[in-house]
Amino acid sequence: MKFTIQVNEGPYQHQSADSAYHFAKAALEKGHEIFRIFFYHDGVNNGTRLTTPPQDDRNIVARWTELGQAHDIDMVLCVAAAQRRGLVDDGEAERNGKDATNIAPGFRISGLGQLVEGGIQSDRLIVFGD
Amino acid sequence: MSDTKKFLFFNRKAPYGTIYAWESLEVVLISAAFEQDVSLAFMDDGVYQLVKGQDTSGIGMKNFSPTYAALGDYEITKIYVEKESLEERGLTLDDLQHLVWEDEDEDYAEKDSIRLVSRAELGDVMAEQDVLFNF
Amino acid sequence: MSILHLVNKSPYENSNLNTATSIMKGDDVLLLIEDGVYGAVKSGKASAMIAGQKVSVLGPDLAARGISEDKLADGVGVIDYAGFVDLVESNDKVQSWL
Repeated sequence: MKFTIQVNEGPYQHQSADSAYHFAKAALEKGHEIFRIFFYHDGVNNGTRLTTPPQDDRNIVARWTELGQAHDIDMVLCVAAAQRRGLVDDGEAERNGKDATNIAPGFRISGLGQLVEGGIQSDRLIVFGD
Repeated sequence: MSDTKKFLFFNRKAPYGTIYAWESLEVVLISAAFEQDVSLAFMDDGVYQLVKGQDTSGIGMKNFSPTYAALGDYEITKIYVEKESLEERGLTLDDLQHLVWEDEDEDYAEKDSIRLVSRAELGDVMAEQDVLFNF
Repeated sequence: MSILHLVNKSPYENSNLNTATSIMKGDDVLLLIEDGVYGAVKSGKASAMIAGQKVSVLGPDLAARGISEDKLADGVGVIDYAGFVDLVESNDKVQSWL
């Protein structure tokens, strides 16, 4: 089956980012396809390159990057939510005159249409949030 | 072969205390461009989103409630409001914005978008959908 | 046609479990994850809400919270993330009660 996963909350603050990750991993292990992981609301914070979590705990952002790259998963941060919360890639920096970018590898910033498309193209949409 | 799916967007949180109400509306508006069969459901504290007369000047936040009135223009004509949630909160339909859409098949006659449903009826609506969105 | 309902909050924190169990019908299934697992503890008053429903809890979330399986209400199944994926596959759609 094709799954689209929506993550509504940022790393560490809520368990949703963890639950979504473990679900995604299990789905891939069972041979399912992840069509897209769409990060919305504070979920866009899962895509920051700048976290330094404690060494004895999971590194949520790095974990997403690793999973995304190992399985070629389309991990999208919603542009509207990202702009509000200061997640910036090269395109956004140029468009909005920002002097830095902070997006982690494996993520891209794109529009809400990507979530809607995920709903249309996938067999299941699973939402993790507060 | 049509790709049309039935999308139901759930709204269960009050406006302004958190961003979910507004950011979920942004998804609804975008979904209109994809020509799917879109419905909205307001239940639990979500019914507060539709209360008329919102004035946000004192809290310095954007008043996004006029956006609900535009939903008809985006061909979103099925807005389910759950009865039990209204009653629990001491609200009636009169407290809510009067949301309408114009039926071009009937000479642009104005019709009500809000459909008052019981929890059980909302359960039936859910069962008919293909995709359920929650925020 | 059946819906997989997800509840991730304790019933003592908010009313999501109440809403979910009062709207579920037919062959619908309820999966408690994250803080939602507290709703399945037999000795808690809220466990009355899940009576008569098809309910599972995510084992890793139980263990994280120090809840042993013998504390669960009768009939509650314990599954892992693989089982979670199976439930998503075997039901038509997922409703996350956030």
